[in-house]
Amino acid sequence: MTATVTEWETVIGLEVHAELRTATKLFCGCRNQFGEEPNTCVCAVCLGLPGSLPVLNRMAVEYAMRIGTALHCRVQRSIFHRKNYFYPDMPKDYQISQYDLPINVDGWLELPGGRRIGVERAHMEEDTGKTTHVGGGGRIHDAAHSLVDYNRAGVPLVEIVSAPDLRSADEARAYVEELRAILVATGASDGKMEEGSLRVDANVSIRPAGSPDFGTRCEIKNLNSLRSLGRAIDFEAARQARVLEDGGRVVQETRHWDEAAGRTGSMRSKEEAFDYRYFPEPDLVPVEPSDEWIAAAAAAIPALPAARRADVAAAGGGDAGADAVVTVVRLDLDHYAQAVAAAGGDAALAVRRLANEVAADIESIERLTEPAFVRLVAMETDGSLTTAQARTVLKELLAAGGDPDGVAARLGFEAMGADDLAAVVDRVTGEHPAEWERYRAGEDKLTGFFLGHIKTATDGNADLKAASALLRAHRG
Amino acid sequence: VRAGRLQARAVLEEHLARIDAAEPQVHAFNLVNAEPARAAADAVDATVAAGHDPGPLAGVPVALKDNLCTRGVPTTCSSRILEHWVPPYDATVVQRLAAAGAVAVGKTNLDEFAMGSSTENSAFGPTRNPHDLTRVPGGSSGGSAAAVAAGFAAIGIGSDTGGSIRQPAALCGVVGVKPTYGLVSRYGLIAFASSLDQIGPFASSVADAALLLDVIAGPDPCDSTSLRDAPPSAAARLGEGVDGLRVGVVTELTGAEGIAPDVVARTRECADALAGAGAKVEDVSVPAAVYGLSAYYLIAPAEASSNLSRYDGVRYGFRADGEDITEMYLRTRSAGFGAEVKRRIMLGTYALSAGYYDAYYGKAQQVRTLIIRDFAAAYEQFDVLLAPTAPGTAFALGAKTADPLTMYLNDVCTIPSNLAGHPAMSVPFGGGDDGLPVGVQVLAPALGETVMFQVAAAIEAAAPPLAPPVMAPPGGGR
Repeated sequence: MTATVTEWETVIGLEVHAELRTATKLFCGCRNQFGEEPNTCVCAVCLGLPGSLPVLNRMAVEYAMRIGTALHCRVQRSIFHRKNYFYPDMPKDYQISQYDLPINVDGWLELPGGRRIGVERAHMEEDTGKTTHVGGGGRIHDAAHSLVDYNRAGVPLVEIVSAPDLRSADEARAYVEELRAILVATGASDGKMEEGSLRVDANVSIRPAGSPDFGTRCEIKNLNSLRSLGRAIDFEAARQARVLEDGGRVVQETRHWDEAAGRTGSMRSKEEAFDYRYFPEPDLVPVEPSDEWIAAAAAAIPALPAARRADVAAAGGGDAGADAVVTVVRLDLDHYAQAVAAAGGDAALAVRRLANEVAADIESIERLTEPAFVRLVAMETDGSLTTAQARTVLKELLAAGGDPDGVAARLGFEAMGADDLAAVVDRVTGEHPAEWERYRAGEDKLTGFFLGHIKTATDGNADLKAASALLRAHRG
Repeated sequence: VRAGRLQARAVLEEHLARIDAAEPQVHAFNLVNAEPARAAADAVDATVAAGHDPGPLAGVPVALKDNLCTRGVPTTCSSRILEHWVPPYDATVVQRLAAAGAVAVGKTNLDEFAMGSSTENSAFGPTRNPHDLTRVPGGSSGGSAAAVAAGFAAIGIGSDTGGSIRQPAALCGVVGVKPTYGLVSRYGLIAFASSLDQIGPFASSVADAALLLDVIAGPDPCDSTSLRDAPPSAAARLGEGVDGLRVGVVTELTGAEGIAPDVVARTRECADALAGAGAKVEDVSVPAAVYGLSAYYLIAPAEASSNLSRYDGVRYGFRADGEDITEMYLRTRSAGFGAEVKRRIMLGTYALSAGYYDAYYGKAQQVRTLIIRDFAAAYEQFDVLLAPTAPGTAFALGAKTADPLTMYLNDVCTIPSNLAGHPAMSVPFGGGDDGLPVGVQVLAPALGETVMFQVAAAIEAAAPPLAPPVMAPPGGGR
């Protein structure tokens, strides 16, 4: 490596852990429920009591197959292994996971921009309990004592491992957003990063731009939000670049993201890494789903985000821009756009309103009915409401519900009659005779000047398209 | 009892009296649960009095190996680390026994976590052989074997990972059965080596053992490895003799190094007796069987090293405090486990380590496949196989504790069946030169329990008489 290299390429692979939305845990009948009193959803099996044995949850397998199918993986016969290491939140001091024969392999995920990211595997495993370290810095090393809640122990997870195909923090975020949307769409997971039901570890390395070889990677843990993910990747890539530019060597290690400090810190190096002593779990039998079952799992998958985006775009919503369509589908708003298109309305306008005003107040979405939204778009399109008025009415619909005609009437947004508008145009042109003469002589850029005055004169209630037409007509 | 001719309570009191008299010398039990047993016996009598069916084992006193979880009753595995642990649930087998009317009299001693062949590896002191108190009862289920031999209980439950039912049965002069892997649910059996462990019966007769097995066998949704189909009947053909059956004497096991001449002689006599009863008897070779011991001592410790990780002082059982979590782990496990358990955890941890897995654990699994293949070839020609159970009669306490390898060799004839997952049982067949019991082993293919018991019954009928145990009073049993 020479010091002359200045341009680095970041290489990222993500390991995403998604908790499955099963009613019960992976290997026992305990409820799989977030936010319960500590240690109330436990039994002999998920506490790993002596003599207890795991029995695989069929629905977890079904969800795992849905995820694999949605990620274009091959769904195959699989077995469980034991991953052995001592940690107090792991009741058996081993985790039942899948190792060299996972249920889903060799798939891909297409980013909204069209780039395909490889998915190496999506395997099943059990979650651990949750430890709270009391005292000290909140880490196990310096805590006075620790409390363990085993409600989460045995909750079913699918770990989705991407290929090292991602090249930037933005791309990594886009991947997680798209993956999250897919997981939610399949019904397999609720994808809530804030509740820990979706957790991301990032493997980050850098290499000289254009190099075919990979650099030494670091695994970053404790990424609790998309924001953390992006910041941590950018920090880590910059840190590695500094190390290399200073003539150093990146050490393969696990690093902890400190959100408050905005940096990664070393947790353990490769030399200190656990030897997990994987071996086939003798208490479980191989998972051998029949072709019929695999097909049934695939059939249970509703339309996925990519297909829904394509539908919205095909209905005319694509003219609003790809980002707007992505937002609309991500927020499950595409049915509004589809309803507008089905009613013969302007789908692109619908997508813009959904991606802006509606997305900004998504918590209030319950109040917005499909017919009300269809009518609102129609009113804006036919000029009964100006753009500004339409936005105001939409915000009001989200805030208080109701129908757009009623809301517009209440707000005094009666459509300005053609005669009234013509009178305003006459008045404004009469007040600015010099500009009017220049406009009549062909100076088109003055259109904006007059529309501005018309807008002011009408408190924004004028339909500017209609006003523009009147100006053109008047210049004769 | 079921017919109303005997009172369950009276039967129990007879057994409790024998326990009172001889248990201090034998030490078969970690815990005798007299009062709950009396309540259970009274309940059986009440069921009979009310005209209801009390079940096939009504009022039969049963001794449970102390690695079977019993709700509300301490379950220790004869280990300090679980000394005061009380399970919140019953093992499936314990539930089935209770449902069948059996009366649990107590929890029997074992080698710690079932690791051993003499019951000397118990944290609570050794069990002694009721036939000679200076000798071991075998192990690891030595407590259950001794309890049945001494008349403390009519039947017993053990677990067999490499011979832990059959070898003590042979040394104590009782019948001991390791069923097909998956025939009896392991739910609630504290695991030693999960892919080898199997629960099975002890009894003083082949018929009692068959009855007991038929009660505890069968599918269990709580054990993923339990077989889904209805189990074969052990008792179906007990009286039918062996005329026309093909019996193979396994040359590798009968002629193995270290098998005592008197044991070989009894095995041959047993084969002759079967031939005399009409069976077609020939020698047969099962070449891979000789590698069983080596493979076993990689697979069993490997699984044990993982199964025993959970005894870490965090959630239950013994804890030795430390400055930090690592020190707490180390102190707890150092003080809580005995020497043999630690030895096997280290062996197993090593066998699974990165870089060694293929050479040890992986290779051992290949041997396992070879053993299954060689047995399959033998069962193309024979209905059952015959071999010694243990290399010799009961040995003196302390005779083999100094050298683990000598102790391990005790299981050379029993281990192949565990590796193959096949059933095998030990039936008493006369005595050795020292007058102590000798057992011969009947091996059968997977789910071959019916023919295995059929042959065992014929062996029992032909067995030479043997002096009763010194510690057992006359009478007893059911």
